[in-house]
Amino acid sequence: MITNIISWVCIAVILFTTTSLLIDSKDKQRSLFIFAIQYLAAFWLTLLHWPLGMASVKLVAGWMALTILGATFRNLPPQVTSAKNMRSQPFVVFIIFLLVITAAPTIENSIPGLGLPVIIGSLLLIGIGFLQLSFTSEIDRILFALLSLLSGFETLYAAIEGSVLVAGLLSLITLGIALTGAYLLTILNPQEEETA
Amino acid sequence: MNAPLLWIFTPIIAGGLLAFVNNNRISTNISGLTAALLALIAFFIPIDKALLLGAFSFKLSSSMQLFGRNFIITSNDAHFLTILYGITALWIFGSAVVGKARRLSSLGLSFIALLVASIAVEPFLYAALTIEIAVLIAIPMLASTNNPPGRGTIRFVIFQTLAMPFILFSGWLLAGVEASPSDLALTSQAMLMLSLGLAFLLAIFPLYSWMPLLAEETSPYIFGFILWALPTVTTIFVLGFLDRYSWLRNSTQFTEILYISGILMVVTGGLWAAFQSNLARIMAYASIVETGLSLLAIGLIPNQSTNIVFMLIIPRALSIATWSFSLSMLKEKYGDLTHSSMQGSARNFPLASAGVILANFSAAGLPLLAGFPPRLALWEGLAQSSLFSTFWLGLGLFGLMISAIRTLAIMVITEEGIPWKWRESLNQLILLGLSIILLFFMGIFPQAIFYPLLSALPGMFIHLGQ
Repeated sequence: MITNIISWVCIAVILFTTTSLLIDSKDKQRSLFIFAIQYLAAFWLTLLHWPLGMASVKLVAGWMALTILGATFRNLPPQVTSAKNMRSQPFVVFIIFLLVITAAPTIENSIPGLGLPVIIGSLLLIGIGFLQLSFTSEIDRILFALLSLLSGFETLYAAIEGSVLVAGLLSLITLGIALTGAYLLTILNPQEEETA
Repeated sequence: MNAPLLWIFTPIIAGGLLAFVNNNRISTNISGLTAALLALIAFFIPIDKALLLGAFSFKLSSSMQLFGRNFIITSNDAHFLTILYGITALWIFGSAVVGKARRLSSLGLSFIALLVASIAVEPFLYAALTIEIAVLIAIPMLASTNNPPGRGTIRFVIFQTLAMPFILFSGWLLAGVEASPSDLALTSQAMLMLSLGLAFLLAIFPLYSWMPLLAEETSPYIFGFILWALPTVTTIFVLGFLDRYSWLRNSTQFTEILYISGILMVVTGGLWAAFQSNLARIMAYASIVETGLSLLAIGLIPNQSTNIVFMLIIPRALSIATWSFSLSMLKEKYGDLTHSSMQGSARNFPLASAGVILANFSAAGLPLLAGFPPRLALWEGLAQSSLFSTFWLGLGLFGLMISAIRTLAIMVITEEGIPWKWRESLNQLILLGLSIILLFFMGIFPQAIFYPLLSALPGMFIHLGQ
């Protein structure tokens, strides 16, 4: 019962964090903090299907990715990190939420045992990841979108695949996306590199 | 010792260590020699057979376990490894001549090793994960302070990343389809997921927009390396799907999807190429056509026409290598590769210009060049099933032919009185000369290359090409 309640709280956390990341990502450090909370919620949903050790790998890899990005953002001048606010997006998030809520029972029927919280949480992450990808051409926002999408996919895939190798490779990909993003952000700002 | 450790983990570690070597020459030599050595070992040393070296007995076992999953490289894969590492070695040595050695020597080796891992990993669907890691490793090769990342680089990362979830999910659904083949809903879901995954992975129409964009943004030589290695291995991955799932192999819908995608890629790639005024973009569109040809061949009759897919591998590698090598030299001298900058380039760089033009003609299937024999075989196969498709294939190749003729015209047009000069260095002349000779050799004596290839490569699969 408590597990179920916590799972639904995680859904609320994911909805809140993804929406706030979509609406305002001007302050990068704040965005990273919100993303870290989102990883925590995704970790709980993963924990419903994976043992603690394996689920922790996902959480640690996600937080490490955020640390890499945090260190990169810290070294970037304000004009690179400033992003446009997307205040008109809550409506689209609401539409996605409705779609997810509608589709979740059908998925639950076709893949029994996943659990509604896992389906809703992961589809929200995937859906809003896609939404962000379609709205932006800025590297930092694209990175957030890819990490969000990947996090949602990992949560869903954890319910159907329990391989340690897959968990390891997916964590490696999460870190790889963060490192690649950090590299791209750095070379777009060569002056900073010279002064460092 | 085991084969995966030798052909996957050794080059990954070597590539990682070489990233810390500052001397370009040393790094290129070590990396190139490592790749060449791995190709030679794949060719000469049998896998899973004991070898007696004096008093010592040595056996290279085929499998390695990692976190409960297997990496398997059998003797049937050895020929493909020879081709893969052999061409990589040539590419790495060539990079020293065009001055692009720094990144290719270290990251290129790791990139290829990860692609090999995608062929070796069991269950084979996990290949999507290793391919994604390879793509992420490719980014530092493609983007640098001199070639800042643009829309092409970003789209490349996004599209390749999106391929992975679709393929992994499709694998899970395919296993369900195998268990209950009569479940039509599950079958269509699996096919949809797989089609989307492959569309992102192989840059199938209309998801290839990153290719011409990336061609403009990055070094043609590095781009050529990616254009050769990634589609070659992913095509083998697609064949793996068909080989593994008999219902997929016999599904007319899936083969029709591949067939139509192939036609669309050939036609759009060829026609777009005809209207381009940037030589790097033409190379990208030619590569799209090449992938389209492979899909057409797979979609034609999956059980039989895979030989054509294998026949396309070496000419593709050779023409892209010659093309990208020549373009890299021209870009170095002229700054960009637009038609306006390239006017009269044949007078100053005759062999590099010839390399671009001949590689373009080879991609268009001009007789006597390397690309002609596989295209002829494909055309023949298509003509037996549909004359309509034959027309579309002809139209796509005609587009490439137009682009080659336009490039030829641009390169030789110049003011009167400008003398012909060889501005290429001796090493560049030797490499270009050899690659041009090979383009003709493969076109005139195709059986010398294709016969050993066709007798060895189908062994990688249990059902296809047998």
